[in-house]
Amino acid sequence: MLPAFYRDSVELMRVAAEIRRREGVREAALFMGTPANLALLAEVDLLGDGARGARPEDLVLAVAAESGEVADAALATAQALLLAPRRVERDSRRARPRSLDSAIRALPDANLAAISVPGAFAAREAMRALRRNLHVFLFSDNVPLAEEVALKREARRRGLLCMGPDCGTAYVGGVGLGFANVVDRGRIGCVAASGTGLQAVACHLAALGEGISQGIGVGGRDLSAEVGAEMTTFALEVLAADPATEVIVLVSKPPHPAVVPRLETALAATEKPVVVCALGLAARPARGRVQWVSTLVDAAGAAAAATEGRPWTGRPLSDPSGVRQRLGRLRGALGPHGPGLLGLFTGGTLAHEARLVLEPLIGAVGDTDEGCSASTSHRVLDLGADTYTVGRPHPMIDPAGRAERIAAAGDAAETGVVLLDVVLGKGAHVDPAGPVIAAVAAARHRAASRGRSLAVVASVVGTARDPQGLEGQIVKLESAGVEVLPSNAEAARFAALLLRPERAASLLDGAP
Amino acid sequence: MTSPDLFAGPLRVVNLGLELFAETLEADGVTVIHVDWRPPAGGDLRLVALLAALDDEADVADTSSRG
Repeated sequence: MLPAFYRDSVELMRVAAEIRRREGVREAALFMGTPANLALLAEVDLLGDGARGARPEDLVLAVAAESGEVADAALATAQALLLAPRRVERDSRRARPRSLDSAIRALPDANLAAISVPGAFAAREAMRALRRNLHVFLFSDNVPLAEEVALKREARRRGLLCMGPDCGTAYVGGVGLGFANVVDRGRIGCVAASGTGLQAVACHLAALGEGISQGIGVGGRDLSAEVGAEMTTFALEVLAADPATEVIVLVSKPPHPAVVPRLETALAATEKPVVVCALGLAARPARGRVQWVSTLVDAAGAAAAATEGRPWTGRPLSDPSGVRQRLGRLRGALGPHGPGLLGLFTGGTLAHEARLVLEPLIGAVGDTDEGCSASTSHRVLDLGADTYTVGRPHPMIDPAGRAERIAAAGDAAETGVVLLDVVLGKGAHVDPAGPVIAAVAAARHRAASRGRSLAVVASVVGTARDPQGLEGQIVKLESAGVEVLPSNAEAARFAALLLRPERAASLLDGAP
Repeated sequence: MTSPDLFAGPLRVVNLGLELFAETLEADGVTVIHVDWRPPAGGDLRLVALLAALDDEADVADTSSRG
């Protein structure tokens, strides 16, 4: 434990990844000693005696290794890495302000505070920023719900945006904030309760030649009864008034029933076409300017059509005859395989969407390692969820954990199809497809040694202008025998058809 | 300041937390100032709550003196 020692979580992830690569190290975790973090460490048996009394300002280092010597050496290396000069300190050209107020003195016309400090401290900083008339992009999660309510009420009272807490992605005036794909500016404005949901819609719009005017993230709890759609309704007003926005897309999970009337009133009052994708809420008939869709790719399609006043009807597969051919080829090549589907996702919303698409086609889909009934072997896991990221970076940043799970799928007799998302963009891993294809090769090898085969299906959330390059990532996946579909929903349907060919009629009807 | 103003003018950002975000914005040509942030009150969460309450008081006093 390093007492009264603070580093931001990306720094801590870098050091943890470095330590984890050492010979003989099984697991490494670096955490600020908040009660929540200590509880998580205890849950995975990584909480040593030395760290039990840790306070929130103390840095806890935990290593599981094959021997005490290896662990000691790893801890020493971690300390040395942490104590090396920080980038901030190396950059002596500029003095760095120590507080929000001194930063505002240095930049008096600042108009937005981007806040990603630990959740326990985030609300105070965000409230200070709002009271100084700054809009807020609040990336931090673990902000108490009551504080979220207070922040959003304050923001609204002042006519300011409070994007988040737990806002992964936003676009303001063409600039991406947080984990964002590189997309053109355009005429479609988004309100999104989910970072990857916004990323997926932005990328599908880019593929259709459309761009984003603004992308306002509101955080995953905005449509809860407590928050009452405070920012969602405000964002709708703001986009309705924004001259650059012609059509609005709203991406969310189903709103709490108590919030539905307020949301419907706000939608009805919006004098621009609105496409609503409330994942998990059955699509409703279009009413006035409001159209309901059930997948992210359909949200983009409907919005693009609305910019031209075209009517739009979604199709389950964008290229049914191509899919028919691919299915035929793949089924011929695929040997004996397990009956189950295993989804290994880095994006929580993408995992949720995949489950929603899959269940009507293949039956119940579990969302944990264990929690599925004996009657189903299908599972879709969100590997970015807290339970899988204890002491590890998010899988969009560090793909090693998912790669291990992909490889292990080759050992599992019940698994016949693996379904994946690959998310590109700023902040994401430099080459997410690389570790995936290595792991797929390992999984196939393991499956083959047991006389089985394994199909792998994926979709890529990205654009040509992302640092990783969409085309190159797709080519890489396809060259390794991964079936890449143009959207997450299509990838899920394709995966379902591999397991349940008799479902083809409903999805491929009319295809030559 | 209203939201459409935020959309109309260039973005000018104060960044607190992950330095990576400041670097990305800078690379995009956005004016950004990164705060060398440390947990306040030595990270003591009860003290942080107290400080937040004091912020509220100060704000009310500030508003009434201007009023």
